[in-house]
Amino acid sequence: MSRILPILTVVLAIILIWYAAAIRMNTPWEIDQAARAGVEPPSGMARVMATWSQDRPVLPAPHQVALELYKSTLGLKITSPKSLIYHGWITISATLVGFAIGTGLGVLLAVGIVHNRAMDASVMPWAIASQTIPILAIAPMIIVVMNALGVQGLIPKAIISAFLSFFPVLVGMVKGLRSPDTAQFDLMKTYNASASKVFWALRLPSSVPYLFASLKVGIAASLVGAIVGELPTGAVAGLGARLLSGSYYGQTVQIWAALMAAAIVAAGLVAIVGALERATLHRMGYREAVR
Amino acid sequence: MTVINAQNVNLVFQTADGPVQALKDVNLSVNKGDFVSFIGPSGCGKTTLLRSIAALEHPTSGTLTVNGMTPDEARMKRAYGYVFQAAGLYPWRTIAGNIALPLEIMGFSKPEIAERTEKVLDLVELSGFGRKFPWQLSGGMQQRASIARALAFDADILLMDEPFGALDEIVRDRLNEELLKLWARTGKTIAFVTHSIPEAVYLSTKIVVMSPRPGRITDVIDSTLPRERPLDIRDSAEFIAIAHRVREGLRAGHVDV
Repeated sequence: MSRILPILTVVLAIILIWYAAAIRMNTPWEIDQAARAGVEPPSGMARVMATWSQDRPVLPAPHQVALELYKSTLGLKITSPKSLIYHGWITISATLVGFAIGTGLGVLLAVGIVHNRAMDASVMPWAIASQTIPILAIAPMIIVVMNALGVQGLIPKAIISAFLSFFPVLVGMVKGLRSPDTAQFDLMKTYNASASKVFWALRLPSSVPYLFASLKVGIAASLVGAIVGELPTGAVAGLGARLLSGSYYGQTVQIWAALMAAAIVAAGLVAIVGALERATLHRMGYREAVR
Repeated sequence: MTVINAQNVNLVFQTADGPVQALKDVNLSVNKGDFVSFIGPSGCGKTTLLRSIAALEHPTSGTLTVNGMTPDEARMKRAYGYVFQAAGLYPWRTIAGNIALPLEIMGFSKPEIAERTEKVLDLVELSGFGRKFPWQLSGGMQQRASIARALAFDADILLMDEPFGALDEIVRDRLNEELLKLWARTGKTIAFVTHSIPEAVYLSTKIVVMSPRPGRITDVIDSTLPRERPLDIRDSAEFIAIAHRVREGLRAGHVDV
């Protein structure tokens, strides 16, 4: 309860500001329409209600977005091309594949960096450089190149998604694999332990809390990557495609509903990783799960 | 029989501020079954000497042998167990799991690991705590578990670097008493670093007094106390006389810098 109250307060404040902003931003259109029809624009409460119920408002009111969200999820068959569940799943599947590739790549590179001096000196600058390139610039090129190679659909999007998610995993894992203190490495030395024994018995278990912190960032980045990957292709399916078609046809309510759906998916994915984190750390015997 | 032998051992660390002589002309011989303490103020090289015996540091000149071999060879033959100041138990392993760690690394069979773990848990009076996680144990119990871990693979030498330094005096007294019993039962050779005079005198058959800048040995005292030592031996005249000589040795080292 003590946690829910502050959250609800913030949500309420956002909704209030949102409604107020909707009045302000949708009013000019009402005035314009009235002028064209040669009538007096509505005033007072009538104007407020009008700004909250336009078909293509500049800023849709929260209840319009909520209704659209409901209609395009629970109100439709999943197979319908308008169903956000259908589009959401397309995006989620690309996100998960990209997340798996990115996590695997990040972990592998981190292991290499920690064990190999040449990789330590050479890989990190490239990894950092890769993240300074705007994803919007590189996404169309990946799509085009992959298409030329005959690969379409999920894989190119997953690659863009992996491109964004490998980095936090790499940084977190390098830190995690190096987190044991000197005495713990000395102890392993007194056992005359091989590098692989040190890795499996000491480095890897020590890195788990760091890994999960990175995975939470990584999964959110993966989703962003998948959505961005859907934009330049003119894709017909996926949350990115819904955003794009909404903006082609001025369907602002549809855009906002797709945005909300993306936010819900992101929150859900992060929550799943968080639950996995708590379960894993608990099973490993850590007293306090890292929040 | 000599277990640890040092002849003219020197160790110089190269630091950003220039070379630092951590050990200067160290000569020492430790016999099988000895309990030897290294005592001195910080910077006297006592930990460096212990780490050199463990092959965690390497002397720049002189000869140092452990069981007649170089320290590195001895380390590879797993000749010693090492106890650090911090227990350093892995939080993700149970107490039994922590003790099994060296055994797993050294490739013991599963039944043998279980048997040895039981045995050393009993030796440090932690029977029944094998399934607990480290955070469920007090600091003193954690340190006992780390001693059990060092004993698990039955090395003849036990190297201990201020193992009770972070514990309060009451717990420390008890662990000292237990350590003596354990030493009597197992017949191991123990090298023990401390900066507590009573602890050194109470535990040791041989006390090595060291001084800083450069780190060196100023006195080696062969204790005349009997091997069987109740805690109240610390009030005896003999004990006080040895403690006095240790204090003199420490003071002498400070004056002639």
